[in-house]
Amino acid sequence: MLLLRCPYCGVEADETELAPGGQAHLTRFGPGSEDTDFEGYLFMRKNPRGVHFERWRHAAGCGKWFHAARCTVTLEVFGTYSAQTTEPPDALVAKIKEKRPDWTPT
Amino acid sequence: MSQRLPTGGRLIDRSRQITFQFNEEYLKGHPGDTLASALLANDKMLVGRSFKYHRPRGVVASGAEEPNALVALGKSNRMEPNQRATTTELYDRLYARSQNHWPSLHFDIGWINNLLSRFLPAGFYYKTFMHPRPFWKHVFEPFIRQSAGLGPAPDKPDPDTYEHTYAHVDVLVVGGGVAGLTAALAAGRAGASVMLVEQSAQFGGRAVVDGDEIDGQAAGIWVKNALQELDNMPSVRVLDRTMGAGVYDHGYALAYERLTDHAPDLEAPRHRLWRVRAKRVVMASGAYERPLSFGGNDIPGVMLASAVRDYVVNYGVSPGPSTLIVTNNDSAYRTALTLLDASLDVAAVIDARETASSPLIEQVKSRGVRVDFGKAIAKAKGVNRVHSAAICAQTGDGTVLEDIPCDAIAMSGGWSPVVHLWSHCGGKLNWDEAGAFFRPDPDRPPLDQNGEGFVVPAGAAGGDLGLGVALAGAHGAGKAAASDAGAAGDAGATPEAETPAEAPLKPVWVMPENAKIKLRQKMWLDYQNDVKVSDVQLAAQEGFQSVEHTKRYTTLGMATDQGKLSNINGLAILSSALSEPIPQVGTTTFRPPFTPISMGSIAGEARGDIFQPLRRTPIHDWHAENGAHWEPVGHWRRPYCFQRPGESVEHAVAREVTNTRLKVGLLDASTLGKILVKGSDAGKFLDMMYTNMMSSLKVGRCRYGLMCSENGFLIDDGVVARLSEDTFLCHTTTGGADRIHGHMEEWLQTEWWDWKVFTVNLTEQFAQIAVVGPKARAVLEKLGGMDLSAEALPFMTWADGKIGVFDARVFRISFSGELSYEVAVPAGQGRAFWDALLEVGAGFGIMPYGTEALHIMRAEKGFIMIGDETDGTVIPQDLGLHWAISKKKDDYLGKRAQVRSHMANPDRWQLVGLETTDGTVLEDGAYAVETGVNGNGQTKVQGRVTSTYHSPTLGRGIAMGLVRHGPDRMGEVLSFTRIGGGRQEAKIVSPVFYDSEGEKQNV
Repeated sequence: MLLLRCPYCGVEADETELAPGGQAHLTRFGPGSEDTDFEGYLFMRKNPRGVHFERWRHAAGCGKWFHAARCTVTLEVFGTYSAQTTEPPDALVAKIKEKRPDWTPT
Repeated sequence: MSQRLPTGGRLIDRSRQITFQFNEEYLKGHPGDTLASALLANDKMLVGRSFKYHRPRGVVASGAEEPNALVALGKSNRMEPNQRATTTELYDRLYARSQNHWPSLHFDIGWINNLLSRFLPAGFYYKTFMHPRPFWKHVFEPFIRQSAGLGPAPDKPDPDTYEHTYAHVDVLVVGGGVAGLTAALAAGRAGASVMLVEQSAQFGGRAVVDGDEIDGQAAGIWVKNALQELDNMPSVRVLDRTMGAGVYDHGYALAYERLTDHAPDLEAPRHRLWRVRAKRVVMASGAYERPLSFGGNDIPGVMLASAVRDYVVNYGVSPGPSTLIVTNNDSAYRTALTLLDASLDVAAVIDARETASSPLIEQVKSRGVRVDFGKAIAKAKGVNRVHSAAICAQTGDGTVLEDIPCDAIAMSGGWSPVVHLWSHCGGKLNWDEAGAFFRPDPDRPPLDQNGEGFVVPAGAAGGDLGLGVALAGAHGAGKAAASDAGAAGDAGATPEAETPAEAPLKPVWVMPENAKIKLRQKMWLDYQNDVKVSDVQLAAQEGFQSVEHTKRYTTLGMATDQGKLSNINGLAILSSALSEPIPQVGTTTFRPPFTPISMGSIAGEARGDIFQPLRRTPIHDWHAENGAHWEPVGHWRRPYCFQRPGESVEHAVAREVTNTRLKVGLLDASTLGKILVKGSDAGKFLDMMYTNMMSSLKVGRCRYGLMCSENGFLIDDGVVARLSEDTFLCHTTTGGADRIHGHMEEWLQTEWWDWKVFTVNLTEQFAQIAVVGPKARAVLEKLGGMDLSAEALPFMTWADGKIGVFDARVFRISFSGELSYEVAVPAGQGRAFWDALLEVGAGFGIMPYGTEALHIMRAEKGFIMIGDETDGTVIPQDLGLHWAISKKKDDYLGKRAQVRSHMANPDRWQLVGLETTDGTVLEDGAYAVETGVNGNGQTKVQGRVTSTYHSPTLGRGIAMGLVRHGPDRMGEVLSFTRIGGGRQEAKIVSPVFYDSEGEKQNV
């Protein structure tokens, strides 16, 4: 059972306190967008073996959404950060690169 | 015969006797006995029958790895199947029955399977019961189910109580042997918070039984002192009868404490499940001795050599006056010494090694015991118990050299570290050539959230089988675990002990090496599942090369065994059949729990009334006292109807509908979701949430709104009231309140985080009561207060004010088509307001109504219901709700999806009303059939029923449904399916059956 630290309330929360929200940093496509763009936004999700950015909600806690960077193989958590950003913070990216030299952000 | 010895037995109290029952026979034992030791003391060598062949089986082991001595414990609703006699502590009046036999343990019909065993090889069922196909379901499976199974399940509710509890520690130590104690001492002294769990009632493990010395003291004394020291440390918790059941991600672990199994009269929960978060887990779970694979190795009286020592030393019980020892390593020689010390006879030591020399072997020889090297057992002889063993050369094919009479055979095939907890969460193993076992690979441990290994092996579990190295390693493990967890104090000195020199072990997987098929068919690998050497070889021959496939094909290591006794021997047989080295073949997956835990402990307190918390409206108690027939709605209970004495549910519903239509009804609508949305961007936000325009709603007005997912599908509906320029109150469905609040928050927090909007779920702050019917206004006016006239408060408006003494917010909205006021009062005044309405309404014929009347009245009006007309695949356009979809807005959630080609397809099924031609009621979910069949030979369909009721107002069945091109086919008669066959005809009509002009609600 995973442990993730909520970046809002600071609680190190059990997975049972959290609700998963899938892949992070999606770009919304609305009315007028091309079918392929809309399909990509609505249905297509990454399923990487290794570094992954996800959305989580501290559902049974402070209720806030946040982001987590996690290794899908070892379950190592590189960090959690605000939901209110369109990309992971530079410091976190640098930390992941140090731990996973083969990883390239996509 | 097995018997109680005149002296000895360090765990039993010989001064007291207790009585227990086995298969209805009254037997005697001593406090401190296990059920297994007490059965052996009473010469009960035959304790059960095997799963597949119903072979006679006796006690093999002395601990959790026991595969045979599984009994049904207790009676009636306390009966529990598959309990290991070896880990069941004896208590007065214990009641046990053996399993898998009929009609009796000694005379069993199923044993015919044994005679047929040549015809029941691995995969027998898969191969035999394939054809004809219907036979599986109707003939083969019922028959096999009857004869298979490990004991019956109890059929009554469990009367005992169970609980969950939590612990957060620096270091969890699993295993209370000397290694576990050493690790706990080191971690505790260093300042870490420690939890030490031991599955049995005794600490010290093998070292105490084998008479080892630690720090110059007898192991027993050392253990006592260690426990004392741990007891004095405030940050250390030591639990006995507590099994480390599983290790999971990020240091999560489960421990299973059995509080009253050994003393059923104690006032306590029966089991307690500890949910532990540990920074580090020290795995000190020891090692299991392996059986040897020789013919007849499952006959009662054939036991593990270490188990024979346990029974003699711990319980003063011996399996027989004369024991034959068979081994491939030194440790079984300890059994010879133990037996000699207890004045028992050792028939011989049969050692498969060509030659071996060590102090231990010399000591046994010097006491006059016959030791034969290079020899093997070709076959153990006997039916219900062993009487002799045929001896052969290990390197041969089983040619018998001589028969040695014996009452028991003590076997040792070497030791396997118990690595389950290491493997539960992804730790990898290395093959150890010298010991012929898998041991934890310290370079590939289970990883925690920081990417660091969090399980640390200690002692035999880590592959350190000698006492001295085990203690040194365990001390280091405890110290390292504490230090990783941030406790770097002085861990004290390493306990000192000798590691006696031993001659090398010789891996022996088949005994004798070149045994013929007839012998291999009687060599048991997995006693519990009746898997033999020949079965694994057959599986390999038939192409099951992956160890995981072989496991499933043969059932090797399945069920409660989980590879404890059978694993390494089975792997070795498979690897030699495949001509691949053992490490290449690998192991099967070890899964938690380590040994089975009770279902009660998994449920904990969550059963009965507190299985799921019940949400109650402020008026709940009144409903309960007035005949409420409950319906679960989300976590709420809502009255379906209020039954009067002697009244059927159907009559109650019809009465409630008719009374509301003709006079006045009262509905507890408190469960409806009430979400306040406030802020300067609130209107803009709700324009995105709802399909219709909410920003243009005037203060004081209400508007019905639809919510869609980004996929375009309808997810909720309800009335929105604009309370002020920047404040809206959004009503949701009863079941949708939390979900919709979450949906709003998700978009606000993750997409439009710069919009100035707050939301809050006020659902439980208010009691909401709908006063419905032609007399609704008259009832409310009798209470006095605010102006509720059609002029002051027209349809689809709201106002704050006083009704009687109550602070009220009144919404002129209607879900029934009648004149209707939904009145919200503070939750604390809800019951008083309800009572007041009933009192003043009595003269007007007021009656409360339930959810079914609500449903019928809305269906009569053609109003949709989320969850009936919608199922997650329906868009508003399917339901003829175009009027509620804004054409002016650039965007709303679902707008883009609703123009996808499939969504815009004119062939989508659309909402219509349905009226049966004979007035009967259609079945819920019935399909409208078409002529012809589809590619699968199924009748084609063109629509389905979404809501269906008997309308008391119209005196006939009415329904709504989704039908292909439905709105263009008014008047057409369709044929609908019925469960159990037959058809029902219904005409397509408008979904609005009642007051289509809406005159009644707008007065």
